[in-house]
Amino acid sequence: MTVEPRLADQNAAVVLPEPFVKWFGQKGWSPRAHQIELLAKAQAGQSVLLIAPTGAGKTLAGFLPSLTELAVRPRRKPGQARRGIHTLYISPLKALAVDIERNLGKPVEEIGLPVTIETRTGDTPAHKRQRQKLAPPDILLTTPEQLALLIAAGDARRFFEDLRYVVLDELHSLVTSKRGHLLALGLARLRGFVPGLQTIGLSATVAEPDELRRWLVSQNPSGGMAELITVTGGTKPEISILDSEERVPWAGHSARYATPEIYREIKRHKTTLLFVNTRSQAELLFQELWRVNEDTLPIALHHGSLDVAQRRRVEKAMSENALRAIVATSTLDLGIDWGDVDLVVHVGAPKGASRLAQRIGRANHRMDEPSKAILIPANRFEVLECRAALDANYLGAQDTPPLVDGGLDVLAQHVLGCACGAPFRADDLYDEVRTAAPYAGLDRPTFDRVVDFVATGGYALKNYERYARIRLNKDGLWRVSNPRVAQQYRLNVGTIIEVPALNVRYVKAGSKGSASHGGRVLGKIEEAFLETLTHGDTFMFAGKVLRFEGIRENECFVSNAPGSDAKVPYYGGGKFPLSTYLAEQVRIMLDDPQRWKQLPEQVADWLRFQAEKSVLPKRDDLLIETFPRGNRRYLVAYPFEGRLAHQTLGMLLTRRLDRAGARPLGFVATDYALAIWSLGDMGAMFKAGKPSLGALFDQDMLGDDLEAWLADSWLLKRTFRNCALISGLIEKRHPGQEKSGRQVTVSTDLIYDVLRSHEPDHILLQATRADAAAGLLDVSRLADMLSRIQGRIMHKNLEQISPLAVPIMLEIGRMPVNGEADEELLMDAATLVEEAMGPGMVDE
Amino acid sequence: MNFSLARASLIAEADLVSIAGERAVCDSRGVLYFPEFRLLVVSDLHLEKGSSLARRGTLIPPYDTGATLLRLQAVISDYQPSVVISLGDSFHDGGGAERMHQSFRERLEALMAGRQWFWVAGNHDPEAPADLPGETVRELAIGSLLFRHEPSKVRVEGEISGHLHPCARIVQQGRSVRRRCFAGDGGRMIMPAFGAYTGSLNVLDRAYAGLFRLETLMAYMLGAQRIFAISHSMLRPG
Repeated sequence: MTVEPRLADQNAAVVLPEPFVKWFGQKGWSPRAHQIELLAKAQAGQSVLLIAPTGAGKTLAGFLPSLTELAVRPRRKPGQARRGIHTLYISPLKALAVDIERNLGKPVEEIGLPVTIETRTGDTPAHKRQRQKLAPPDILLTTPEQLALLIAAGDARRFFEDLRYVVLDELHSLVTSKRGHLLALGLARLRGFVPGLQTIGLSATVAEPDELRRWLVSQNPSGGMAELITVTGGTKPEISILDSEERVPWAGHSARYATPEIYREIKRHKTTLLFVNTRSQAELLFQELWRVNEDTLPIALHHGSLDVAQRRRVEKAMSENALRAIVATSTLDLGIDWGDVDLVVHVGAPKGASRLAQRIGRANHRMDEPSKAILIPANRFEVLECRAALDANYLGAQDTPPLVDGGLDVLAQHVLGCACGAPFRADDLYDEVRTAAPYAGLDRPTFDRVVDFVATGGYALKNYERYARIRLNKDGLWRVSNPRVAQQYRLNVGTIIEVPALNVRYVKAGSKGSASHGGRVLGKIEEAFLETLTHGDTFMFAGKVLRFEGIRENECFVSNAPGSDAKVPYYGGGKFPLSTYLAEQVRIMLDDPQRWKQLPEQVADWLRFQAEKSVLPKRDDLLIETFPRGNRRYLVAYPFEGRLAHQTLGMLLTRRLDRAGARPLGFVATDYALAIWSLGDMGAMFKAGKPSLGALFDQDMLGDDLEAWLADSWLLKRTFRNCALISGLIEKRHPGQEKSGRQVTVSTDLIYDVLRSHEPDHILLQATRADAAAGLLDVSRLADMLSRIQGRIMHKNLEQISPLAVPIMLEIGRMPVNGEADEELLMDAATLVEEAMGPGMVDE
Repeated sequence: MNFSLARASLIAEADLVSIAGERAVCDSRGVLYFPEFRLLVVSDLHLEKGSSLARRGTLIPPYDTGATLLRLQAVISDYQPSVVISLGDSFHDGGGAERMHQSFRERLEALMAGRQWFWVAGNHDPEAPADLPGETVRELAIGSLLFRHEPSKVRVEGEISGHLHPCARIVQQGRSVRRRCFAGDGGRMIMPAFGAYTGSLNVLDRAYAGLFRLETLMAYMLGAQRIFAISHSMLRPG
């Protein structure tokens, strides 16, 4: 970056109060240009978006307007009313708020400012929260959920009346989720309380800064935006792809082949941060590294399922530079700063160029030194992806996901929250809600349906009027109908839905946990995975090989399993799809033999073989190969659109192929390709135009076929559960009782079935479909692809499998199957019984 | 993700079971039919569960009663029974029958018309449902069978009960499948809950301890088109 100290000094004299100038002087620093620029804009009354790489002094910049203002604020005279919150800081992570408290406390103390700073998170004890209500700090560091709670309190308007600034950290990661929707609505409410409120957004680099600039301000027809300050540069990271001497595997995600080479790099560096994409990869890599760890280097493990105490221990050791390597997942992704990391190793493909940039930013958290990173592709397609990501990083390309319209389930939660705070007039709340960016386009009928939903469930059958949660009174105001409603709201606020998970607790081998209390808790593991285990099965968790002893209530009992033959936990969450941008880069690379020279020889050879035996797809084309193998026929397509979109495509294509008489048997999808197998000769069918590939891949599959498939899909049920919980239809928590995940799952599935058959247009089903289309199904991406490939489908009817098809063919039977073919499994089990007991009547 | 199209379904021969020597059709919709007595048995309808929860602020869709009656209508029209036993917990709470929407009440009465109808008292609905025809009983004996809501701790051959909402779980090919089921050991039978919003409890749960002879216990799991008879040894808890 280019700091111009002289300019900064001049500005500093203008807007920086004396104690600050002195403090900078004592430190031998000068304020950076962007810090001064931000201060000047804020002092001019504007909201600001600061985009800067890590290490650019973003935090101090964000707080400078508040600190300088608080520094010169006259002291409160005795007898004068207490002042409210001056600045609200909101971050996506509790840990980040705590980190900031530490980092900000230092300059405040050194400058000698009369400023109080406190955090308020889910971990803050009740008595402290109570005290904060009576004697608020000047600066409150908190999370979106806590903001929602503060707004829903009866004294909210008074509590926030002195608010001047809201600082939003890691804004790029906040805005893309439902938490962002809730936060945007919260901001709109705050602006309602304090019209002159200014926002300061802090963000890493993003593709569309204007989206964030608009997000920060009140939406209006004239289209205002926050001011933008961009700090470019930092030194370019040194990134390389591991050019392994070992053979890069065709398929799989473990990157086990590279363990000795990774270990060698750890030995060469002070502290190495190893990022992987899933928790199971983290467990596996951790095990593999310890297997070769002859020097017993301190190597630690960090992921979101581990017990909090254990994570804190790792973080502490890291900040004290007591570790040589940490294997981590996205829990360490955001801008928390620890220790002297001098190497980032990224195992597996990064899946998105922006994510890669963010993770690499963790090494050498200083702008004047280049970060050093090594990418370790786990298979051959990942080699291509890593190469593309690497080029993208040098190009400064970004691919954060696009912002989507605000969820109606989140709106429902907010409407109830507003009613808990104070009675509202529908007209006013509608206007206020639309000042939030995600809800700018919300139409009035939809808003009214949401209010109706909050009141009585919004059903066509008007049966629940007498049980209404909020009621419209004669004065035109909506009020909560009884205090219990507000109490329930407070217990259920937020948009984060936990996957049902159980504590993992140590016990003695063979004890099944009965009676004995057992040992310590290692962390949490998804119920869905545990359900597939039988007593005695072994799996990897918390860096150990464990033996499954049994489940009791909401705990899973495990014992130490000597030896290393373990089933690895499979996590439903935590897998990112390949970004659109990276996918395109991979297609471009495939189409350009010149660029293959950058690739490892064995990978380049693989592509050359493909060119010889079949063909490589042109950058905007879709390659379809058909070939026989065994007694089956295979179709392999290479859209490179990510696993979610391919999964949806696979579901739809098998339906169509079934109708066309191809007798499809199954399919498998990866980030790069899709394979379908059938009894009928698909190659011959396409050649005869029955059906033609153009017709098979026609965009109309996103109409009725999609509807028909979705209706019964487990994907929609899972999405519905989230919407039901967020919207407050079902409670996450009820006073005095904690529902287990299963109880909630069962009942939302049943509710879904009943609602779908009786009122398919209900607003919650509408919200569910919109969510699923954007999330789990990636329908918009599939739609873009289908429109792109019109008239550009390249068909190769081959005698045998092509080199490019090998990786996906190896995935067949290896990937876990999700929810659709239950009946078949039941049949297998029942058949076993019949075989054993003879056919016909099962009798005594 | 793998996906396999379901194989052609088997013929429903195995749906015939015997309980204490009486033969019954074990219907995949969760009802029992005894051809000899032209008797249909259904358990745990939990009508008006939706409105029962709504009273406490959980406004789940008010269509459960309609959905349950629609399914009941379908099985009644298939079997045309002369006797129907509703095996307890027919209403989710004592006020359920009163709260029931007029249109649902009419539909229920139409189903009851021309048949002998027994409401067995359950723990949720110990009293006779308000203003509805049918006879309310604590228990009922027919042939060698005894119908009551809660299974008795003391073993009674031929007892048919509900109350526990049995389900069963198997794991095949690393995947878990959980379904409602009939649970029977040849001597007694516990029926699955029929109501649209009813949850379920695994037959291996402690609540079932001592009720069955485990060596002959079978879970008749409800499939989309047929019953899957699974032996006790293949069942998983949870």
